[in-house]
Amino acid sequence: MKNLILIFVFVLYGSAASAQDKGNVLIKNGTVLTITKGTLPETDVLVKDGKIAQIAKNIAAPQGVRVIDAKGLFVMPGIIDAHSHIALDAINEATSPVTAEVAESDAINPMQINIYRALGGGVTTIHALHGSANAIGGQCQILKLRYGTLDPDALKMEGAPRTIKFALGENPTRVHGGGNNIVPRTRMGVEFVIRKSFSDAKKYAQEWEAYNKNKLVKGFRGAPPVYNLRLETLAEILKGNITIHCHSYRADEIFMLLRVCKDFGIKKIVFQHVNEGFKVAPELAAYGAMASVFSDWWAYKFEVYYSTAYNAAILTRNGVVTSINSDDAEMMRHLYLEAGKTQKYGSLTDEEALALITINPAKQLGVESRIGSLEVGKDADIAIFKNHPLSIYGVPQYTIVDGTVRFDRANDPADMRLMVDPKQNFDEATFFDKGVDHCLDGTEFLFTNDKN
Amino acid sequence: MKKIQLIYGIATAALCALVFHLEAQNPKAKNGTFALTHATIETVTKGIISDGTVVISNGKITAVGNNIQPPAGAEVIDCKGLFIYPGMIDGGTNLGLSEIGADPRTQDFNEIGDVIPQMHALTAVNPNAVAIPITRVSGVTTVLAAPQGDLYAGTAALINLHGYTSEQMYAGFQGAVLIFPNTGRRGYFDRRTDDEIKKAADNALKKMSEVWNRAVQYQKIDSATKGNAGYYPEMQALLPVVKGEHPLLIEVNKAKDITAALKWVKDKKVKNVILTGVAEGWRVADDIAKAKIPVITGGILELPVRDYDRYDQAYANAGQMAKAGVKVAIRSGENGNQNFRNLPYHAGFAVAYGMDKMEALKAITIVPAEIFGVADKLGSIETGKTANLFVCDGDPFEPKTQIKQVFIEGWQIPLVSRQTQMYDEFLKREPGVNKR
Repeated sequence: MKNLILIFVFVLYGSAASAQDKGNVLIKNGTVLTITKGTLPETDVLVKDGKIAQIAKNIAAPQGVRVIDAKGLFVMPGIIDAHSHIALDAINEATSPVTAEVAESDAINPMQINIYRALGGGVTTIHALHGSANAIGGQCQILKLRYGTLDPDALKMEGAPRTIKFALGENPTRVHGGGNNIVPRTRMGVEFVIRKSFSDAKKYAQEWEAYNKNKLVKGFRGAPPVYNLRLETLAEILKGNITIHCHSYRADEIFMLLRVCKDFGIKKIVFQHVNEGFKVAPELAAYGAMASVFSDWWAYKFEVYYSTAYNAAILTRNGVVTSINSDDAEMMRHLYLEAGKTQKYGSLTDEEALALITINPAKQLGVESRIGSLEVGKDADIAIFKNHPLSIYGVPQYTIVDGTVRFDRANDPADMRLMVDPKQNFDEATFFDKGVDHCLDGTEFLFTNDKN
Repeated sequence: MKKIQLIYGIATAALCALVFHLEAQNPKAKNGTFALTHATIETVTKGIISDGTVVISNGKITAVGNNIQPPAGAEVIDCKGLFIYPGMIDGGTNLGLSEIGADPRTQDFNEIGDVIPQMHALTAVNPNAVAIPITRVSGVTTVLAAPQGDLYAGTAALINLHGYTSEQMYAGFQGAVLIFPNTGRRGYFDRRTDDEIKKAADNALKKMSEVWNRAVQYQKIDSATKGNAGYYPEMQALLPVVKGEHPLLIEVNKAKDITAALKWVKDKKVKNVILTGVAEGWRVADDIAKAKIPVITGGILELPVRDYDRYDQAYANAGQMAKAGVKVAIRSGENGNQNFRNLPYHAGFAVAYGMDKMEALKAITIVPAEIFGVADKLGSIETGKTANLFVCDGDPFEPKTQIKQVFIEGWQIPLVSRQTQMYDEFLKREPGVNKR
């Protein structure tokens, strides 16, 4: 982590490239949990230029490469959180039931201390999501936790697919129907808002297609359709270029969106939270839809009252590609514990449980060729644990992003802030409520008269 | 012939209805004499017994040890390869007082007013809350049901998680809750200026002291008038606290506030005090230890409260206080999502980040029992104690460990909750995708 401080100093002196340093490192003699290719005892992992170059026994250390002695430690792929709101300065553009035009890529905050704290939990990649105030929310961003940079763009995972947040149920109906007195106030309204938006986008795309065809015809004098970023974005969803990640809880609304997607020819869809996904697991599996769930959160509002901690296991056993996410700056620090709970609630195997926080979220984000398992050629995003990560006593020791060690438990100082606010009261402490979902962060002003 | 077919059909239908009816019934807890044999017994207070037997009869543990013959008529449960632990105690929850987090109509832990010690949590505990079976099937057998709010927020009660009335659930402890004025922020949305926070806290402190002084005065009048001081419900509720019969549970988290609370307790000569929360206890651990005031801390799975704190500070807090000599119990603090079943994972994280493993086990068993003054009944596996215990197949802190048996006051609890029922129904749903 001394590297990090150096990097920080470097950035201050005007270099922007440092955050995307592609590191070299040799991890010796660890128990390597590859996820996709079994568990390899006493094995080395060689990282060159930020990629995994070799996985074998007795690899000789190239000159000048840092060697991490992982004897007795567990080496696993960096953990992927498919649902997070850290590293963002804005979560909800709660001004309309449809805000497909806004994007979290404009609101990245690389200085949030929660990024470092997540590294302390072995997390290397997050899906930074828009909130759930709107039926169709903003576009999301896949970030690598390259803590140390001050450049927001340097956190973005290069070439990662585009995603967008949708939301069903209580949140959009409460914000818009309840808070603003406009559709949707009910789950009927939510379906309508989405269908109407897709229909408008379809028409918009057809108009542009016609225009682009016609303008090639000699003598064409028509004007182009009015450019509309919202419809443009929605049209990209219909073309399969942006994946929907839909905040959802109840079985009926999950099934509703499957039908809408079918009608509009949308193939890939990932449901988020999806607490009642277990009730429509056969339908999800048949469609090829995926599910990113909490391990055991329930009871914090009515639509999660009929949840079960066996959700991940039921979905997995029914053939749904399932991940476990956090939606929470604290829980994301122990996603390995959350994955471990599926062994209590449904007896998943070690590999199945670890897949929930590695290769499965990678599939959901469309980056499984890059991250999510330890394989030669993949990005060197690695977490090294003392004790097995599915044990309660598992403690991340090093977290490596693109071959650069960004968390080093033994050597990092306590204070890892990148920015110190000179106006902040030194004695300020903040105490958070536990068990509150963060999908409505930034909309509190709508509910000032509402106890909750 | 048709008649025979008809009779046969009716008989079959009746049989089916009967079977369905039996299956559909919720399983009930069972009372009796049980002998749990060949188990590894973690007594917590008297070491580990290998290949031992625990006998449960009439709600109590009647024998613990090797070479114990199961009494005649006892149901023998072979626990070979399994472990027996005392039931876990969560020393600070709103279990039974809240059904759904975002629905005020289902919440009974926050009454209007800031001087309301006469509001009793035990009154409002719903014995049939869905979260109760969900909690107990994970081995948490006893919790403190505590009110929340401002200042003197009400009176908390210890309850066992089996019973159909508050009387049946009551586990022998009540204490008044005092929410100490908080000079910290309540979350990122708390946009008050530093001055506003200080002013609010100062005003609350003043009121807190005035009320306490009045309570002390009331105690004198009460004793002079031999209990005829008149109907002052707030003062009457504080009477046992002033006398030291009930403890004052002071919820306090920020270091500076903890220091202020210790001073206040000393100044006011409060006799019986428990600190709860205590998120920054590590900063002033020596002072807490010196004051000999026990602590119920947690949740452990929390963020650091300051940006410049070490990333694992919240995980390490309990262990750091224990090392400084503070008597530490651990609570889960999972009120919002009713996940008190995670109590062993909070304790386990304290261990992963530095707490002694035995200390952590004690922190969710015998220590809270001692703090609540019920260690003669709860918190360990000893002859004569209440039969609150669970049987599991491994280290209870480990997430893969399965709970095999739960006993609460000698009742064998069915390992069924709404969450397990949904697992049974939906693992292989009928019909699947195709109804026909």
